[in-house]
Amino acid sequence: MRRDIFQAVADPTRRAIIVLIAMQAMTPNDIAENFQTTRQAVSKHLRILTECDLVKQEQKGREIYYSLEIEKMKEIDKWIEQFRKIWESRFNQLDNLLSTIKKNKK
Amino acid sequence: MSSLLFDFKVDKATSTVTVDREFDAELSLVWDAFTRQELLDQWWAPKPWASQTKFMDFKVGGRRFYAMVGPEGQEGWQIQDYTSISPKTNFRFTSIFADKDQNPNLPGSDWNLNFSEQNGITKVSISIYNESKERMEQMLAMGFKEGFSMTLNELGNLLSTLKK
Repeated sequence: MRRDIFQAVADPTRRAIIVLIAMQAMTPNDIAENFQTTRQAVSKHLRILTECDLVKQEQKGREIYYSLEIEKMKEIDKWIEQFRKIWESRFNQLDNLLSTIKKNKK
Repeated sequence: MSSLLFDFKVDKATSTVTVDREFDAELSLVWDAFTRQELLDQWWAPKPWASQTKFMDFKVGGRRFYAMVGPEGQEGWQIQDYTSISPKTNFRFTSIFADKDQNPNLPGSDWNLNFSEQNGITKVSISIYNESKERMEQMLAMGFKEGFSMTLNELGNLLSTLKK
């Protein structure tokens, strides 16, 4: 199943996992030690993060290491840029309105 | 005109969006454009959307109830409840998405707008604070997810969908 990146950050535990694995690749057991939650719950979060393409897995011996896909996080910045454009467009309209009013006053 | 300030920041840590903008007009005119219904409706909605204010009572405790109307007639209703007004200096309101009967879809966001003038240029500083980090992230999430199309209104509808 495909998901989008924003489902990944909608949950506080997943945000914490993102911060952890941004620093270094970790196994699910390493990650679980940082939370008051079951190993199963952590696995579920990791599965969602994987489905969001936000983490990559690497097999080393018998262990799987998870690390963060930094590029993917940049999608959030792209959205912010859209939000900025709304304000830009809104204010350009206000510029026009202000200049119209000023002309009419003269 | 091109040298006018435009600064836009999203601070996820404090759940605050800040927008600073200068306008080539005197303060009283800019103040009117932000606080009078017939002027607000002329610029508040980014085209092709339109802002249609049903009523606006600009005083502390008063309310603006308006719709962002899309090109196909779709309506997104919003409430602004004024919490503080210092004429030509500052006003604050709580912004809440609603249905057409003014039923609120909480939580809202808190808007704080500051106005100042220097040499005929008026600066407006807006900060929008979201009650919770989660709401802020919902706001970010939903917009992107649906292939955002230049409307705050749509964002509102998406937010209410998410919360249901």
